[in-house]
Amino acid sequence: MSKKLMTKSEMMPGTVTEAGSAAALNTGAWRTYAPLTDFEKCTDCMICWVYCPDSAIAVKERKKLGTDFQYCKGCGICAVECPVDCIEMKLDSDVTEAEMESEKPQPRG
Amino acid sequence: MPERVAKTGNDAAAYALKQINPDVVAAYPITPQTELMHKFAEYVADGDVDTEFVQVESEHSAMSAVVGASLAGARCCTATSSAGLALMWEILYVASGSRCPIVMPLVNRALSSPINIHCDHSDSMGARDSGWLQLYAENSQEAYDNVLQAVRIAEHPDVMLPTMATLDGFILSHTIEALEVNEDDVAKEFIGEYKRDYSLIDVENPSTFGPLALQNYYFEYKKQQIDAMDAARDVVLEVGREYGELTGRDYGFLDSYKCEDADVIMVGLGSTMGTAKEAADRVRSENGIAAGVLKVRCFRPFPASEIADALSGASAIGVMDRSVSFGLGGPLYHEVRSAMYGSQTPTADFIYGLGGRDIPLGDLKDIFVQLDEIRKEGKAEPDVRYVGLRE
Repeated sequence: MSKKLMTKSEMMPGTVTEAGSAAALNTGAWRTYAPLTDFEKCTDCMICWVYCPDSAIAVKERKKLGTDFQYCKGCGICAVECPVDCIEMKLDSDVTEAEMESEKPQPRG
Repeated sequence: MPERVAKTGNDAAAYALKQINPDVVAAYPITPQTELMHKFAEYVADGDVDTEFVQVESEHSAMSAVVGASLAGARCCTATSSAGLALMWEILYVASGSRCPIVMPLVNRALSSPINIHCDHSDSMGARDSGWLQLYAENSQEAYDNVLQAVRIAEHPDVMLPTMATLDGFILSHTIEALEVNEDDVAKEFIGEYKRDYSLIDVENPSTFGPLALQNYYFEYKKQQIDAMDAARDVVLEVGREYGELTGRDYGFLDSYKCEDADVIMVGLGSTMGTAKEAADRVRSENGIAAGVLKVRCFRPFPASEIADALSGASAIGVMDRSVSFGLGGPLYHEVRSAMYGSQTPTADFIYGLGGRDIPLGDLKDIFVQLDEIRKEGKAEPDVRYVGLRE
């Protein structure tokens, strides 16, 4: 984060005076494995969306749009729960730019 | 006019809670604290207080409930003992880190194992690094007075830290003594109103409570707590002085008894210091020993320089520890030694009363005789002594 950090005297004791500040935290940086969805096989059953503990599955009108890598920690629960085995967990460092781009939330046909 | 009444220590602390009339109390029973909340529950049932009284399933939940309520802006109290405090452990740190000025009477009791329901200070001493202020009482009067003052100290804007007011299990909690209680409106005016700047339920101005703060922010939050504990020093004294003007009973960090001309001084906490004052009088008249007693009322923040000043004229010092840090020794002894850094005065640690082992007048007189021998020899060997123990 390039944002300047507050000093002790600028901080409210024990409290963060803005709400929802956790949204700015890039918890996706903790990831070791990335989920890659085969959208040809995906049935939009929404099971991954239900199980994801970080709300990192992007959906719109009952369609899976992809994975939000700002928050996906790579836990792999979606891959385990997927009833049609359309999610593969791949070592983050081996994921190609094309694969990453394809997993990003976007309208699906 | 203040009223003179007969109450157990538990009853006295519960009476202070009644006068505080907290917004929220959450508690779980444990001997010897049970009677305290039992009594308070009667005040709730009788409509003497407006408190939302939450009967929870454990002390972990009790502390969690008052942390949540405190963050919402409520004035909160709970009470516990021994294993109950141990079960609160995780949330003790959440309370201090979240800057919740919760007030908690702690009825001191030994920790298992073996199971023991009687008094020692293992419970509160274990929590001495948890960021809570700690006040110790010699008798039920002080227990009552400390609980009232704890509200003012904890909620002071420069402090905003939780505070425990301890009383010795059974010795004080279950013994009836005469004490003077304030009139309700006097107590109410003394403690004043509580207002929190940011509230969990202020939906117009949402803030984040119990946040995540990693390498980038955690350290600054902890330094704020260090600063608040330091600021509490002035507040403890200021509130003690004001309470003295109101009631005639002054409070500070320490209670010094005949230390001015004393050759040997006994330092300690809690109810034993009452007996120690009697022992000092006896050895002064029977043995010709110039004995004094230094009672530490405020253990956190630790009044190191004040203790060093009070002990500067002594030729031998005995520190009474009713708990032990295994592998180190008595915690009070080590903190007093640290406060006395550079001093050559021989100082011995007297570990006593674990699990409620009685400490009668004769034992305390004997400790003064031992201290007089240490004074004559100019050294304390051995420097750790166990009182009333069958070796």
